[in-house]
Amino acid sequence: MTLPRVGFVSAASALVARDLSLALRRSGDSLQPLGFFLVVCTLFPLALDPQLSLLRDIAPAALWVGALLSSLLALDLLFREDAQDGTLEQLALCGLPLQGLLLAKTAVHWLLTGLPLVLIGPLAASALGAPAAAMPGILAALLLGTLALSLIGAVGAGLTMSLKRNGSLLALLVLPLAVPVLIFGARATVLAIAGESLAAPLYLLAAIAVLAATLAPWALAAAVRIGLE
Amino acid sequence: MNELTADDLQLWRGEQHVLRGIALAVAGGECLQVTGANGAGKTTLLRALCGLVPLEHGRICWRGREIVQDMAAYHSELNYLGHDNGLKADLTAAENLRYAAALRCRVQARDIAAALERSGVAEAAGQLARRLSAGQRRRVALARLALTGGSLWLLDEPGSNLDATGQHLLLQLIVEHLRAGGAAVVATHRGLDLPVTQLRSLSLQ
Repeated sequence: MTLPRVGFVSAASALVARDLSLALRRSGDSLQPLGFFLVVCTLFPLALDPQLSLLRDIAPAALWVGALLSSLLALDLLFREDAQDGTLEQLALCGLPLQGLLLAKTAVHWLLTGLPLVLIGPLAASALGAPAAAMPGILAALLLGTLALSLIGAVGAGLTMSLKRNGSLLALLVLPLAVPVLIFGARATVLAIAGESLAAPLYLLAAIAVLAATLAPWALAAAVRIGLE
Repeated sequence: MNELTADDLQLWRGEQHVLRGIALAVAGGECLQVTGANGAGKTTLLRALCGLVPLEHGRICWRGREIVQDMAAYHSELNYLGHDNGLKADLTAAENLRYAAALRCRVQARDIAAALERSGVAEAAGQLARRLSAGQRRRVALARLALTGGSLWLLDEPGSNLDATGQHLLLQLIVEHLRAGGAAVVATHRGLDLPVTQLRSLSLQ
């Protein structure tokens, strides 16, 4: 039986549709990291002196450490199940570029865990006393930062997917690589809250995101192939 | 000519020498049955033939070309059914087939329904895979195999969890595949009941 072959685009869009419908069926799983982020951000004002100036000072740190940790929390879901039920194997054996297919999976992951965080970010920032004028800057920084975090994290998730218990190892692998995102993201947020120009850290965040998008698919495909051996 | 050949395959897993100079050849219309006790390396051999496990030594050729030269083209003709059925537990049988097939070929909804019907799991089409029995899940995986085709089938214990009619269905699918000029390598711990002329055997120690 020879059926017409599919191109990469239709295969990748089917994969995206599959992952989205799976996530919809288990919306609880994808909402957890978001809830975690909100809880972390609201714990800071509770633990500190309720002075607006103090909150504003720690807002960038709270926001970005929260974002980093919650992105880590979501990563475990990315490849583990696919590796266990054999669908990742089928992905690697379908004859289409694995880099692209895994990038599509990572994009869905960002859509489900990164984008909600970007959208809720201004709310969390205002809870931490950031002025309304800072919101566009915070939004832009979170947008670029979460993209980079998803891509970097996906490589770590690919490397650890075949291990039985990977929680702490994944954190040890990913957190050091995510330090530049944390530094420039927090810096952009500091500048946004102070009402100064945040172009420099935003450009650097964008550069990190582009670099990650360029290199991560190849590292990811290599990591997944090793995991499937 | 659909022909898979392999010479002198050597593979170590840690301290263990799993594949010791395996050589095999299987042409279109033929089925190679790989037998051996548990742990003899059947799965490793099949995964090596898929190109999932890199070899220490030896070469695998498909249509006279080494598979490492053009893995994508080789994979596009290959259909692998491993221990895992490759089904998402939270999708229905029909959705599973639709998304799995979408990676390989264009199929219509009626093709999917027909494949499920053929495998005897038509009533499971709308059920989540997690609610199906192990045998039903295997049947859905067989439906995927039949639906997505390919000229080389690599099947790892395809008969596991199947009842008598399931085994019969499996043999029918293999025979049809061979008649269409396809080649198959089947790892199994009990023999396949295929017409002798089409069957070759390889026993792993």
